[in-house]
Amino acid sequence: MMRFSTLIKHPADWMTGESEDVDTIVLTSRIRLARNLRGEPFPGWATKERRVEILERLKPEVEGLSQMKDGFSQELDGLSSLQKQVLVERHLISREQAACGEGSAAVVNRKQTLSLMINEEDHLRMQAIRPGLALTEAYEIVSEADQELEESVEFAFDHDLGYISACPTNLGTGMRASSMLHLPGLVLSDQIGQVLQAVGKLQLAVRGFFGEGTESLGNLFQISNQSTLGESEETILRRLERVIGQVAGHERNARGKLLEDDPEMVFDRVGRAYGTLRHAHIIPSKEALNHLSLLRLGVELGFFSVETLRICDALLMEIQPAHLQLHAGTKLTPEQRDAIRAEIIRTRLQSLDAPVMNKHTADEKRADPPEDLTEL
Amino acid sequence: MDCDFCGSKATVFLTQLVEGEMKKLCLCEKCATEKGVTDPTGFSLADEVSGGSKVAAPGQLVAATPVEQGPECPNCGFTFAKFQQVGRLGCSICYDTFRDDIVRRLKGMHKGMTHAGRVPEGLMAAYEREQRLGRLNERLAEAITSENYEEAAGLRDEINEIEAAEVVES
Repeated sequence: MMRFSTLIKHPADWMTGESEDVDTIVLTSRIRLARNLRGEPFPGWATKERRVEILERLKPEVEGLSQMKDGFSQELDGLSSLQKQVLVERHLISREQAACGEGSAAVVNRKQTLSLMINEEDHLRMQAIRPGLALTEAYEIVSEADQELEESVEFAFDHDLGYISACPTNLGTGMRASSMLHLPGLVLSDQIGQVLQAVGKLQLAVRGFFGEGTESLGNLFQISNQSTLGESEETILRRLERVIGQVAGHERNARGKLLEDDPEMVFDRVGRAYGTLRHAHIIPSKEALNHLSLLRLGVELGFFSVETLRICDALLMEIQPAHLQLHAGTKLTPEQRDAIRAEIIRTRLQSLDAPVMNKHTADEKRADPPEDLTEL
Repeated sequence: MDCDFCGSKATVFLTQLVEGEMKKLCLCEKCATEKGVTDPTGFSLADEVSGGSKVAAPGQLVAATPVEQGPECPNCGFTFAKFQQVGRLGCSICYDTFRDDIVRRLKGMHKGMTHAGRVPEGLMAAYEREQRLGRLNERLAEAITSENYEEAAGLRDEINEIEAAEVVES
């Protein structure tokens, strides 16, 4: 089995933007399935002894999955709180599971595209993450694991209610599908509220990727399905992919329009972000995320080389609190974190040339106007 | 849509499970920040809508204070009153025990009320058939009691059909 240190040393392709053909607006796509054992008390209601029994029953099955060969398997009570936090920052376990102790485990495949949480809110939570807009691909990965497990484990299933979950909001398919989108153009042009409101009306949930509500750090937003009962997996995924594609279209359009109407403003924002990130010695998380977002926008508008995109995406992960402390090898005060964060960013961006900003490079990046969201 | 607090244009829409029911709240950006909607652990819709009990944060274990009222799930001892407190059930059998109460609360939460997705294969097919037969037999008994013989005949045929299919397959 894979060790924690190996897992940390080799982040997945979707974490660092290392994979080919990445959609620059949709960063990642994620599918989560909730499954439970028939007749067993859910983790939140089971005694500790019962949870441990369930874990001992499920863990060998999960570790034995063909996709889990040479993977990582770890019981939560064997991890320090810093290690748990790092796994949360990598999206391999949930914040909720990080709060679990005895009787809970995480099993992750070698490529870190598939992770299974035992005894989180449900007995089993399986998730797959892929780069770009690839919900169907992620669903296929997680569905393969689901079907293989079904041969040996009897999941709670009801003819009318579908797969049974601890919370009724997950009944039916037990599937939550989501994509993370980078939408600086819609934020800068003040159109984000309007677009998010339209998406909300389609029974899809939108939230800031770091934190909740409409204010989103780093202009990152997550769009997901709310309803899990009454529709097939395919129908949910198709609707979500269509809406996400349209939001991406609006984003492209907004960027184009910003450059046309107010190029000085865009050049100024990107230039200031470059200057700050290259030369700051103390940088809080919020400021760093927002400047990295603008740097990323700069890449997409052709002001920087394409490789810069990878540096930006890797930094998004590296500058989070637990990662910083892991890097430093010690617990850090917020002030110390801001200094180390600035140092890491300066080092990574050392050889990044100043932006070449003109309207011509930007125009090449313009796309066709998207369909209207209201026409769905 | 207007903000539920100040009447200006709402941009934040919050849905939470309160007392086992879906509650929706519309807020403008200013009120959302003031009410702490941006902090998922700091805001409870229950406080705003009903002034009632707190909603458990996800992952939080069932509170130690027992609520002894209503029937218990024969399998795990969970009660519906507890569900109203924490928004989660005790085990899969709870969904049979408290079915009507749960189903009533599903309206508005999901696109539909009946599962339309993947159905597990193998082991589960038999279980599912058994469950369906059980429900049909229940309805049949009800139809006979209420002397609704036309419906009873229809149900009888449906049951025979499922049972016949089972014989052929095995």
